[in-house]
Amino acid sequence: MRYLPKSPADREGMLKTIGLRSVDELFSPIPAEYRLTRDLNIPRQMAESEIVDFFRQRSRENGDGYTSFLGAGAYFHYRPVIIDSLISRGEFLTAYTPYQAEISQGTLQSIFEFQTMICELTGMEVANASMYDGSTAAAEGVMMAVRLTGRRSVVVARSLHPEYREVLATYATHQGMPLSVAGFGDDGRVNLKELEKSITPETACVLVQSPNFFGTIEDLAAIAEIAHKHGAMLVVSIAEAVSLGIVEPPRDADVIAMEAQSFGVPLGFGGPYCGVIATREKYVRQMPGRLVGQTVDKQGKRGFVLTLATREQHIRREKATSNICTNQALVALMVNIFMTVYGKVGLKELAKQNLAKTAYAAGQFAKHGKVLFGGTPRFNEFVVQTTEDPYAINSRLLGHKMVGGLPLKKFYPELGNAALWCCTELTTRIAIDTAVGLVAESERSVRSSSTKEEVEEVAR
Amino acid sequence: MKHMTRKATRHVNQNEGLIFEKSSAGKAAWKLPPLDVPEVDTAALLGASERKDLGNMPEVSEIEIIRHFTRLSTWNYAIDLGMYPLGSCTMKYNPRVNEAVARVEGIANGHPYQPEKISQGALHIIKTLSEQLIEITGMDAITLQPAAGAHGEMTGLLMVRAYHQSKGNARKKILIPDSAHGTNPATAAMVNYAVENLKSDSRGMVDIAALEAQMNEDVAALMLTNPNTLGVFEQDIHKIADILHAKGGLLYMDGANMNALVGKVRPGDFGVDVMHLNLHKTFSTPHGGGGPGSGPVAIKKALEPFLPTPVVTTKSDGTLGFDYNRPQSVGRVRAFYGNFGMFVRALAYIQANGPDGLRQTTEDAVLNANYIRKGLEGTYDLPYSTPTMHEVVFSDKVQLKKGVRTMDIAKRLIDYGFHPYTTAFPLIVPGALMIEPTESESKEEMDLFIEAMKSIAEEVEEDPQTVLDAPHSTRVSRLDETAAARKPVLRWKPAVLQPE
Repeated sequence: MRYLPKSPADREGMLKTIGLRSVDELFSPIPAEYRLTRDLNIPRQMAESEIVDFFRQRSRENGDGYTSFLGAGAYFHYRPVIIDSLISRGEFLTAYTPYQAEISQGTLQSIFEFQTMICELTGMEVANASMYDGSTAAAEGVMMAVRLTGRRSVVVARSLHPEYREVLATYATHQGMPLSVAGFGDDGRVNLKELEKSITPETACVLVQSPNFFGTIEDLAAIAEIAHKHGAMLVVSIAEAVSLGIVEPPRDADVIAMEAQSFGVPLGFGGPYCGVIATREKYVRQMPGRLVGQTVDKQGKRGFVLTLATREQHIRREKATSNICTNQALVALMVNIFMTVYGKVGLKELAKQNLAKTAYAAGQFAKHGKVLFGGTPRFNEFVVQTTEDPYAINSRLLGHKMVGGLPLKKFYPELGNAALWCCTELTTRIAIDTAVGLVAESERSVRSSSTKEEVEEVAR
Repeated sequence: MKHMTRKATRHVNQNEGLIFEKSSAGKAAWKLPPLDVPEVDTAALLGASERKDLGNMPEVSEIEIIRHFTRLSTWNYAIDLGMYPLGSCTMKYNPRVNEAVARVEGIANGHPYQPEKISQGALHIIKTLSEQLIEITGMDAITLQPAAGAHGEMTGLLMVRAYHQSKGNARKKILIPDSAHGTNPATAAMVNYAVENLKSDSRGMVDIAALEAQMNEDVAALMLTNPNTLGVFEQDIHKIADILHAKGGLLYMDGANMNALVGKVRPGDFGVDVMHLNLHKTFSTPHGGGGPGSGPVAIKKALEPFLPTPVVTTKSDGTLGFDYNRPQSVGRVRAFYGNFGMFVRALAYIQANGPDGLRQTTEDAVLNANYIRKGLEGTYDLPYSTPTMHEVVFSDKVQLKKGVRTMDIAKRLIDYGFHPYTTAFPLIVPGALMIEPTESESKEEMDLFIEAMKSIAEEVEEDPQTVLDAPHSTRVSRLDETAAARKPVLRWKPAVLQPE
């Protein structure tokens, strides 16, 4: 086996040193009746070239070469080449959690820089070294608010990513954290009256997303005011990190739970991504996850260490703030490099391009279909309502090697034939015009025809 | 320090400040293509939501970024540099073909919501890996959704709870041996189970009499690491399973130490009902400085209805798809489908090994740990003489007489060119040295390690201060962790705030 650095003679010599005759003796502690006496039923060893072929084939079956208008919590942005050059260095790739600070200063300093940049972008005072993803970060952010307020119930915006809501529901079920949902209004934002009605003296926090699942920017100042008036905290989820380049961060939030995938992390069919929690300094001891702090060595030289470990599971066991141990360090490094590449000016310009493409696309779609929540500021996503079922529209787009917006029926049946479209800096005008043309064509044909058969004919 | 030059030699490495200290206005490492749609008036579009300033975000050029991170990287120790015997972490070689295939276009850029019709490649990968992990563990079904081991533990216990609930009583507590990882009790608390400690016997195994006394209808499950954190296989595993099952409890196995078992024995065959795997340990996905991990949970048939949604399924037309309609599911534990990129790497690892390679891997891992045990027995105290599987735990009992503790020995090991072992864990061994070489170490590398450890033991006798002051060869000496925690500095700030 090519990964194993031993010759048969090495193995024999080692066994002899130990004083054993055969390898089987090493496994004698395992009761004989359980020992496997056959080969595992998996394919034979493959050559490297065969492995590469296998995955190239899978790649061809996986949307390779399609132009996509999907967002909804996973965004296709350009990834500067140097991200992979740098994270492929074995010293980053094949190290573990920096427990031994003296030989982990590279990882530690880069996490310290990551924490700093997340603070700069979110307007918060402290940020952790990463969480699994945006959905679990939101759930952990809520649990943090529950610990901090001593209250237990949670009000969640319906305009929060539906899968984030599902994850929160899973986390909350057994912790005695009742959830209630605040709906959205005609402007695609949290219905403030409904929100206020949902808050009780037992409400620990309000959880909203901005830009929300529809791409609409929430009125966070108003939401914060309502939450704080009732002694509840405001937890804000940010799923599209690029928005922070041009959209004011939620400075009134108490906790920000972010998904940083947009910052240089491949779509990768949904993961690994990079969650982050940022908050105010006074709440840091209730924060989950690893934190890196600056200190000095015996000579007074600046250095970095994992710190405030007394919050964590390996010290506190069942009293820990979270069970999180391994997080997303290498993905956080991708995010870190991306933020460094674009920096103060580039992030803003990047965000502006996203805004411009989206404004153009929404304008074009509005000529042929109904773009919902039009009067409200949005970032790079919008909802298009059509006469025809978006699944049918999308199957036609697929024929043109295009993936249309995400049909919303599964998550928001109340919106009818609606789909969530996304444009980033990588979406070309030609792609937008083609997609708009195809949607317009289908709208015309559906309107001019009353028989269902014909619709299906087109859809096929 | 007579032997240290055999493994490592000091060399110059570059100093490097924080990236913010290199920033100045007008430098850039980015270039966007010209906009092919009309420019927009951001103020008009965003109104009060428009952001004006990005604070202290850096402005640097590309070469500076390359040097910055390359310099930082040289301050890290890594598997690629040498033995990294962190017990319980399974720091094995991370094959590079895994990285290459994870970056193939359609795999790296697949969107989680793209239609199933054009997701067959990803679904095929998920299904194939699932089937192979089921075969390797001897279980009946699996979810790949959890993002790490601890997340898998939570998912597993949620299923345990749902299973008991479906029988009318969710039960109250989880039994956890005193040798367990800290994540086990932390997880039980997250799923609202009380934790009851279970003591180990003189062999370092579960005390059967204690288990019998503590087991009752309030116990939902026992969370057992096997081999346990002493590297000891629980020989009475069947009796343990029987005691639990007789009172309706379940056996949860923490699969952190699965590297000792793959291809040799299957947890499903010795009575385990639910277990998690760590793809970043046993299945070679890179540790990356602390993640990403991946923590699949494998289960027996009786728990299948409770799997998180969605589950990959074969549809009537033979294509693959996601099944969301699972009314008894515990729900989602993460958005989308888990750390898919890690599935790709783990599958590539299994493919490269095949059944014979996986078995040989396990045999070598166990052989290596026993070789180290043999080499250091007599020099370091071995608190449990029970046979060793994939890792061996010594204590600092002998060295403590000179005032030298496990952490001091660990720090001195750095000077000899090695990453330290895991210190002070498991908690049942005072002053533990927990050593897991994995299969990736050659005889030569381990001989150097044994030599270094023996040399340090001699130093402890002759010149303990050298060990107490270690490391001597690193960029920074021991760091003041107390000060870091007392007055946390968790971010950089400009030295002087200039008045506007």
